[in-house]
Amino acid sequence: MTDKVINKKDWAGVLKGIRNFYRVFVPAREGDFHNFRALEDETMPNFDFFNTRLSPKSVVYPQSERMFECLNDPENPEKGILKEAAKDYTPQAVIGIRPCDAQAFQIVKRNFDNPEYRDPWWVKRFESTVLVGLGCNSPCPTCFCTSVGGGPFQEECLDAILYDLGDRYLVKGLTEKGKEFSSKLQGGAPADEKAGKEAKALVSAASEKIKAKVPIDKLGGKAVTALFNAPFWDEVAFSCINCGTCTFLCPTCWCFDIQDEVCGKQVDRIRNWDTCMSPLFTLEGSGHNPRDKKFQRVRQRFMHKLKYYPDKFKNGIQCSGCGRCVRYCPVNIDIRTVAGLMNEYKEK
Amino acid sequence: MKNPYLPYPVRIDEIITETEDKNLKSFKFVFLNPDDEKNFSYMPGQFAELSVAGKGEIPIGIASSPTEKGFVKFTINKVGAVTGHLHNMSVGDTMGIRGPLGNWYPWEEMEGKNVVIVGGGFAFTTLRSGIIYMLHPDNRPRFKDITVVYGARTSGMLLYKDELAAWEKRDDIKMHITVDGTTDPDWKYNIGFVPAITEKKITSADNAIAIVCGPPIMIKFTQPVLEKLGFPPERIILSLEMRMKCGIGKCGRCNIGEKYVCKDGPVFSLAQLKQLPPEY
Repeated sequence: MTDKVINKKDWAGVLKGIRNFYRVFVPAREGDFHNFRALEDETMPNFDFFNTRLSPKSVVYPQSERMFECLNDPENPEKGILKEAAKDYTPQAVIGIRPCDAQAFQIVKRNFDNPEYRDPWWVKRFESTVLVGLGCNSPCPTCFCTSVGGGPFQEECLDAILYDLGDRYLVKGLTEKGKEFSSKLQGGAPADEKAGKEAKALVSAASEKIKAKVPIDKLGGKAVTALFNAPFWDEVAFSCINCGTCTFLCPTCWCFDIQDEVCGKQVDRIRNWDTCMSPLFTLEGSGHNPRDKKFQRVRQRFMHKLKYYPDKFKNGIQCSGCGRCVRYCPVNIDIRTVAGLMNEYKEK
Repeated sequence: MKNPYLPYPVRIDEIITETEDKNLKSFKFVFLNPDDEKNFSYMPGQFAELSVAGKGEIPIGIASSPTEKGFVKFTINKVGAVTGHLHNMSVGDTMGIRGPLGNWYPWEEMEGKNVVIVGGGFAFTTLRSGIIYMLHPDNRPRFKDITVVYGARTSGMLLYKDELAAWEKRDDIKMHITVDGTTDPDWKYNIGFVPAITEKKITSADNAIAIVCGPPIMIKFTQPVLEKLGFPPERIILSLEMRMKCGIGKCGRCNIGEKYVCKDGPVFSLAQLKQLPPEY
């Protein structure tokens, strides 16, 4: 058995020790919020959080990433020929990821790792990452993971899971990767029956706290053109300021841009997260733009998450119910409301 | 794992200025590594990302035919940063090509059928690829009558003028070249917009497939003409354009509904498009 109980007063030391095997990412305070940070000597891990402001998607899929490089020097015989930039695939552990954010990786994986094309960078970095979850004892009022196939202690998309038992953590290895991680944790005691019982109680208590129900059951049966032409999009988009906060924070948004940057003779081809909320996203060289109006871009975001993605991959919607877009939207646009509108829409 | 984002290095072998406004140039590229040419095995209708290190990438239809060996050809309109830079590059310069990308015209479905090609302006590039492909002695018997309607604003704006003249002389392809207007007293072809010439020259949809490629306004007015002639939506084939980055259905911007123009297209039948949101 690799399941362990670790006393919280030993936790900081245990995290430090695991750094010998992994590059470790932990939640840490940043002003009023938490975010994942690489664990360095000066980092203060803090596991007292609902969820981090940003999801840890950047650990696998950096916001900005060098793809290729070349030296555009007239003397260089290979001028103009791009070569792969150096990459780092050191094993890494994300400790404290919420189950919804782990599920998001599986949602995104269908885009980056499918039989048609495999994105080598996403795939290799995901393979070198172990996801150590932290079950949610206290879900937020904006959480709706249970409506989209997840749950506050959902183990399915994790490699290992932590149960916060008050004064100690129960660590459960779930996959080979997770068990290996658990076996490398220094200290702690083998998990006992008492810890198991306490963990079970946490699971049922947390599930009951999630009250939000997001109806998505009828989306699959509706014609895509009917939903596209539905009359409510103008109203849904009315207050939107196209700031892109929703797509930036979303753990399941994967769209990217590719740009070349030049510094002297050094050329870097870089990919950056992009957002469908920007009119530049689809602006063509001719000046034509298929989504030049705000409501078209808002519609694109919801249709992609709730209709196009599920129609394409036949494996649920492109949302893990983390609720970040609901919490941080400056004008209170709520995906739960929009999902309801779409789910109930009847073509006249 | 093969990296689908890495361009093959190529050398510019020839640059031809195609149009009187000098805004369209054809580039012939030769692969630096012979193996890359084998891996770049394509069908007419596909496109590729042309890559200029330091400037970026652009998705451009392949104008050469797979029956033409030793090079690949692209005709490029000067529009933005990458195409502007390309137009200033010289024979011998090194750059990159990534592909082939996307699907192609439904060649198997077209076998044993009459082929009607309707093209306008500089969208004629992949249609040229298709015509060269069909006229190749190995392929010509696979198709019945080939009829082409191709128009540009003026005679000086037509692409591939030498080839057009050569095709005019052949008896295994019927050409209907047209210009929007001309003051040239020696102009011996048609005068009029592409939809009008299509209506005049194409007489039957029997056992025929139509491939339409051109500016949106031309497509808009050609579509009803073809439908009136009796082409069902399944046999009207269109090639679409959209802003693209990755070219392999990952970066998320060229979607029409759940389809990506880069990966599921750029070739769609009108029947397919009617099932999708009209957002392109």
